[in-house]
Amino acid sequence: MLAWRIRSKWARVTELEQRLARLRGPVPPRRHNARTIAALTGNPGCTRRAVLDSAGVDKQRIAAHVGFPAQSGQSRFAIARGNVFEAQVKADGAAELLRLLRERLGLPIPEVSYDDLDTPDAPDGPDGPEARHARSRELLTGAAGRADAAGLLFDHPLLRLDVAGQPVYLEPDLIALQVEGRFHVVEIKSFAVIDDQADPAKVSAAATQAAVYVLALRQLLTEAGHDPELVSHNVVLVCPRDFSNRPTAALLDVRKQLGTLRRQLSRMARIDALLDQVPEALSFDLAPDTAGAPTRTPAELAAALAAVEARYAPECLSACELAYFCRHEAAGATAALGKSVREELGGIESVEVVLALAAGDRTPTEEQAEAAALLRTAARLRAEALS
Amino acid sequence: MSTLTALARAQALATGAAQPIATVRHLHLADRPLVFVPLTMAGEANAPLAALVGADPEHPRLLIVPQPRNRDQRFAFAAALAAELLPYVDGLRGVAEAVPIDRGRDVRHRYVDAPQLLVPNAAGISFVRLFGRSTRFRRTDGDYPVHPSVPLLGRWLTFLADRAEHPGSSTLLAMTDALTLHWATGQSAMEDQNLAALLGWISPPPGVSGVVAAAEAEDPAIWPPAGPVTDPGFDNERLAPAIAAYEAALDDEGARLLAYAELERLLRGQLQPTWELMWRGVALLRALPPGARVEPRWAADRDAFTDYANYVESEESYPQPRRDGAVAAAQRLDRLERAQASYAAQRAYDDPLVMAGHRLTGEAFAGVVTMAKPDRVDDTGKRPVLRPRIMVLTSDPVLMAPGAALYSPARPSQKGTVVFVTPAPDGAKTEVVLELSGGMGRSLTPPPGSVPEVGERITYTTLSEAYRPGASFPAREETPWTHGGPPTDHVPTERDATEDWS
Repeated sequence: MLAWRIRSKWARVTELEQRLARLRGPVPPRRHNARTIAALTGNPGCTRRAVLDSAGVDKQRIAAHVGFPAQSGQSRFAIARGNVFEAQVKADGAAELLRLLRERLGLPIPEVSYDDLDTPDAPDGPDGPEARHARSRELLTGAAGRADAAGLLFDHPLLRLDVAGQPVYLEPDLIALQVEGRFHVVEIKSFAVIDDQADPAKVSAAATQAAVYVLALRQLLTEAGHDPELVSHNVVLVCPRDFSNRPTAALLDVRKQLGTLRRQLSRMARIDALLDQVPEALSFDLAPDTAGAPTRTPAELAAALAAVEARYAPECLSACELAYFCRHEAAGATAALGKSVREELGGIESVEVVLALAAGDRTPTEEQAEAAALLRTAARLRAEALS
Repeated sequence: MSTLTALARAQALATGAAQPIATVRHLHLADRPLVFVPLTMAGEANAPLAALVGADPEHPRLLIVPQPRNRDQRFAFAAALAAELLPYVDGLRGVAEAVPIDRGRDVRHRYVDAPQLLVPNAAGISFVRLFGRSTRFRRTDGDYPVHPSVPLLGRWLTFLADRAEHPGSSTLLAMTDALTLHWATGQSAMEDQNLAALLGWISPPPGVSGVVAAAEAEDPAIWPPAGPVTDPGFDNERLAPAIAAYEAALDDEGARLLAYAELERLLRGQLQPTWELMWRGVALLRALPPGARVEPRWAADRDAFTDYANYVESEESYPQPRRDGAVAAAQRLDRLERAQASYAAQRAYDDPLVMAGHRLTGEAFAGVVTMAKPDRVDDTGKRPVLRPRIMVLTSDPVLMAPGAALYSPARPSQKGTVVFVTPAPDGAKTEVVLELSGGMGRSLTPPPGSVPEVGERITYTTLSEAYRPGASFPAREETPWTHGGPPTDHVPTERDATEDWS
């Protein structure tokens, strides 16, 4: 009986894996990182995004192929500055960072050993991440619960998180700090904190990314039989201070971000339910020829995308590679004008219907009655003031 | 976002052109605004890369920092910007007018004009604020001396950025904010932050719809971003090699000049399109007639300018502190809140389209006076008082309850208290009976025109533009211990002056 159940579960898993592989085509899945996982929380109601990300589809290439390339890319100046800052904070066994943690945050760190887990001798083959993850797990779980231990710093641990049933390795530029038996995630960012204030959008993005690491670290400890609460929900954000290259640090409470992340990840874990809504034969395979050029037509792929429902909002433009395609598709929808516009228009989905109701050219349904009355008054008042 | 503006967005999308959401201009537009388009170096903390600045659309001044990581070159940029801004500010201090104060017993003077700095977007305002912050504490002596104009520039930029937070102020404006105050586009508010796309909706090229013009505006190859952040593609493919070429040519005068000229050419190419958009925006705004209450708000800007100019020249004057003390911060917040309320009321009073938004939400109604008893006297009190009553018939939704105090833009000094609200016999309209007080002199007979007559179209609203006195706060030296106690005097230190800028 037990064997049967295990086999059945196993069969279901492989069936799901096969389904996702078919969606993706015969290419390796896109690797997630903390940034892409954080972006998943941006629009949790979007089935298209959940399905494509679960299958590890290369959304960037698909978007370009259907004629709506994402505007992305990072300035090399920004990358260079970020790297220099990170190197400086971590130089000499993270001496600068430790000073900050002691002085700014008052963490009692008497003596600290520094452990770089990015072992250059690890083979970069298919076993690479697993081996590195195993080593990280060994060291981190070994340190867990050792309340008497002096501080420990772990640089470049390789963590793992399950996204849609698939293990995702996170290659973080992070340091997990263990002090008095508790772990703190340290996130190093290169945006400036000027007079103790920083760009709220950047802080919030950093908090969500740090929450991804907290979640992965907690998962690791739970699997090893430790209390997940050993990982603090307060993360340490390290940024350049004022206009200088000198770092400053602040504690961020990421409980809210953790909740949002957990909800979206559990939604993706139930991906089979979402897949029930899409056609069995659906595939986003670009079917590249030997030169790597896609052989499937843009129209075929656009039709495949259209088979999975999206929930476009203007915020997608800065968070999802497919946003320009979805925006084009959503033309004429009130939601494309912004969530608040849609709400102010009584939640009516189409601009055409809004205008017809406002002009009194269309009989409202029972649900639309209240919105229609408001829209007719609005149209009358606008016309009166503009006449 | 109100329903009225949301409807305008829907109409804009359907017609392919932006729709007006104002019938008058709600901001002051100077005869000679100073337009400023800054660019920053990606990744750095507000490090200037280049700027176009000037009050003459035909002759902008281009300022560039050939190696944006070089501290001396940044201060040279600051000095060059100061050479544009400070003469502009000084030029506005020629003529002052006398303003009666203390009920006409005294006068004070204020300049008849004030500076107006226009930047492309909200991020441009942040640039001004942060550039002010990074320059105002600098010293002209000591270890890292700067040009004397640099700290002064910092103080004026800080003044402008502080003022920009004041609702209704026009001394520092973002063009995207100024335009979206008057037009609704067929795209989202987020996409309106792109100045080229916004203007694509408001004034598309002939024969092109707003949707198409806005889509084209999103291509950084055609329309470079309006800054201060540059296009990453430009950074990687063109700017980085040009900066490298400049660096490599440092020892060779001829090659260095060539490399500098190439950087100027590249950066001007990124800035010039935005420069032209800025002046297109200025022309569109100028074509709107100003609202009646724009001038009094500009007078408040001129007051603030006069005060600050006098302070800068006084003996004991310091750069603005990094952070306000508790009392100063509370006072500032109180000022901003009152300015916000009065700005909202003033815009509604000036503009029937803005008032229409309030009518839709039940904060105002408009209708026709159907009955009036102008000589009604209330003699229930100690002495008889004139309390005319009128009845207004309106088709607007009326959410006010009896007892509510209403005001009419036609007679701002008169209060109308709601007495009855009843559905009109035809069912679709509402009858409102109001009792009027104020604005009618002291006799028991109202002067002609002071009471609305039967047949007059009239608007009543809960919004009041009456003066609201500020809240009272303890003196600075009496700051309670709960708020850190009295703050120490803010005197910039040597550390402030020599602060890292790397």
